[in-house]
Amino acid sequence: MTALSRLARAREAGLVVMLVILFVVVGAIQPRFLTVGTLDIILLAIPLILVAAMGQMMVIVARHVDLSIGSILGFASIAVGMMFRDVPELPLWLGFVLGIAIGAALGFVNGLIVALFGLPAIIVTLGTLSLYRGLIFILSGGRQVDPNHIPEALIRMAQTSPFGIPWIVIIAFATALLAYVFLRHMRLGREIYAAGSNPDAARLRGIRVNRVTLVVFSISGAMAGLAGLMYAARFGYVNPGITGVGFELTVIAAVVIGGVSINGGIGSVPGVVLGVLLLGSVSVALPILGISGFWQDAIYGAIIVIALIVDGSVRAGGLVRLVTGRGE
Amino acid sequence: MSVSPGPLVETRGIAKSFSGVEVLHGIDLDLNAGEIHALLGENGAGKSTFAKILAGVHRPTRGEIRLAGEAVAIGSPLEAQRLGVTLIHQEPLSFPHLTVAENLFVGGEETKVLGRVPWRRMAEEAARLIDALGVSIDPQAVMSGLSIADQQMVEIARALAADTRLIIMDEPTAPLTPREVATLFDIVRRLKSEGRAIVFISHRLEEVRALCDQVTVFRDGDLVQTAPVSDLTDDDIIRLMIGRPLQDYLHKEAAPTGNEALAVKGLTRAGAFTDISFSLRKGEVLGVAGLVGAGRTDVARAIFGIAPAEEGEIRIDGSPTTIGEPDDAIEHGIAYVPEDRAIAGIFKTLPVDQNITAAAPETIARGPFVSPRRERETAADAIDRLSIRLASARQPIGELSGGNQQKAILARWLLTDPQILILDEPTRGIDVGVKAEFYDRINQLAGEGRAVLLISSDLPELLTLADRILVMSEGRLTAEFSREEADQEKIMQAAVPRTAA
Repeated sequence: MTALSRLARAREAGLVVMLVILFVVVGAIQPRFLTVGTLDIILLAIPLILVAAMGQMMVIVARHVDLSIGSILGFASIAVGMMFRDVPELPLWLGFVLGIAIGAALGFVNGLIVALFGLPAIIVTLGTLSLYRGLIFILSGGRQVDPNHIPEALIRMAQTSPFGIPWIVIIAFATALLAYVFLRHMRLGREIYAAGSNPDAARLRGIRVNRVTLVVFSISGAMAGLAGLMYAARFGYVNPGITGVGFELTVIAAVVIGGVSINGGIGSVPGVVLGVLLLGSVSVALPILGISGFWQDAIYGAIIVIALIVDGSVRAGGLVRLVTGRGE
Repeated sequence: MSVSPGPLVETRGIAKSFSGVEVLHGIDLDLNAGEIHALLGENGAGKSTFAKILAGVHRPTRGEIRLAGEAVAIGSPLEAQRLGVTLIHQEPLSFPHLTVAENLFVGGEETKVLGRVPWRRMAEEAARLIDALGVSIDPQAVMSGLSIADQQMVEIARALAADTRLIIMDEPTAPLTPREVATLFDIVRRLKSEGRAIVFISHRLEEVRALCDQVTVFRDGDLVQTAPVSDLTDDDIIRLMIGRPLQDYLHKEAAPTGNEALAVKGLTRAGAFTDISFSLRKGEVLGVAGLVGAGRTDVARAIFGIAPAEEGEIRIDGSPTTIGEPDDAIEHGIAYVPEDRAIAGIFKTLPVDQNITAAAPETIARGPFVSPRRERETAADAIDRLSIRLASARQPIGELSGGNQQKAILARWLLTDPQILILDEPTRGIDVGVKAEFYDRINQLAGEGRAVLLISSDLPELLTLADRILVMSEGRLTAEFSREEADQEKIMQAAVPRTAA
């Protein structure tokens, strides 16, 4: 095995270790944390982040970033929520299809602007973050979709399924599995890594880098759309000013903690799944430890910064020197 | 592989313009199967542009390419690959995070976009291709962990994967060690014996002579001459490249040397160099010869304060001095032009003028502000004096040829009016014409009373420029020669590690 893949494995192993430490430490302070009930809460906390993280990691592996997913999530959930309200007989599956399609379309627009004008994604999606959020207010007239207009069947998906685990958890992990197969075993998936690793070389090799850009942003949008439906299922309402606000930060945090390089070309689905689990577990552990919600954002931020420092030092060999006291 | 009668590749009237400026003026060239054909020329002569046209990176403005007698349009690198033409770039254009096997096959596969990646077949095929080259590289290794030479081998293996008829190598040996070059040559000769056509772009005449059958010289976008290598002497080739004889350039004016400018005594840094002592006088060019890894660059970096020595003394103008970081060195009038300009020298995306003035902000300052007018004038002056060839001083420096980038870096350090100039491989990868200008410039700097420490692996260069030559081997000084007593053989004797000899 080579240094880099060993590093990737080390990253995944490191995340597992961090998860174990988290459970041991929090469990020691507050034994209530180590119950099946906690696991349920954690599993319910992560599906939205997990599906969106699958899209976001593809965008980041391709050397871009998608800041607009919170607004796409909001837009898709408002639009589909309004359809459910106005057309109560709309089948549930069609709602999902529409939500994913709306998300994909908005993501496609992101990709198109980035690819067509060669603009940095961070600026483009910062713009569409506001743009799409504005459209949500225009579309909804500023009014939220109330719980009585969200179909019962959709809300039940966040509560149960024939397998005892809520549907949205199953969907989230199934999505991760699909993402794994796509990124690991399909040609288009590998082209995302190639384009992110060295766009110039990719172009010279006949890889259509612009197509890769369109694909990753469309997938990221589609995943945000799916997360929008999950939001409606889980919270039972959709609010133009609340739904999806700040979501992008959590998702990008999870992706980065999961070992995806912000410089593109590196990242694995198992790593990101572990990153999401870690972040989800922290979010559940904090209230159980009695840490106020005010602290949560600060702690999230600290975790991201620490993850980046660890990542950077590992790559530069700095951590090795720090730990072993030896030169390179 | 079927070899049709007549040349494998014929180009007729190939011309190329960039933004209205024609850089290639109608190239007629035949390339034969089973032949290694050298392309020579100064930077900007058009040889790389021509190579890129053959490889589908650029499209010709006019002209025709015939492959095995049939006119072809090569619209993209992928089409070139399908036609059996592969360009191997000087810096391997690879995917650093992907495995060797993936690097071999990514892009242009037959697989459908949503098709499965045949991991197992890819690994087997990769192993087969690499074995066929007779090198040992793990197909599952990640590309960034490989040496440049191994990365190049992967590029060559990739060309073979596509069953290439024409392989174009753009300065493949520049980043390689002598042993790696030997391996590369063995492989290139094998490819030739398999009936492939090879185009070999290089600045090193001895390599061309050792390897190539035909040589074609480009100058200013024209093909000057094509001939069998054996029909031309080195002087002929240089004359064709630069349009006048080499002797005009290569002469050293004996500068009168003055007082001691720099002296080091017992300089030691564990693992890098041991007990280095020498002195350098004003107006003197002191050459430092040695094999790669002999510790020459480490000594330069120590004197400049990048990685200071652990023991020993540095005297500047006769007084003992502590140099703990580059800032101290600059203060004492030392300038260091590093070997790897891409890493240590240039700000690639910044314009040429800002690159030039970067080391001497005070020359362009007006109070606390930068004066754009002074920056322009200072840069224009430097560009003029070093005859840097460019389209505009506002052009990003990354767009200039290597030699002109190097001149810009030298210009930058000259702005600080250094009394001691350390040049580390200043002409590596630079063609003969620009080299000659560099030599003139170095002579002139010494003539002005500056002290020059010249680290170079190019022995003729040292013999031409240096007043004295030090030789390092495995971190120690092993010999010192005066200009009169030095010759290539003596230097190599001293440079080759004793234990290995």
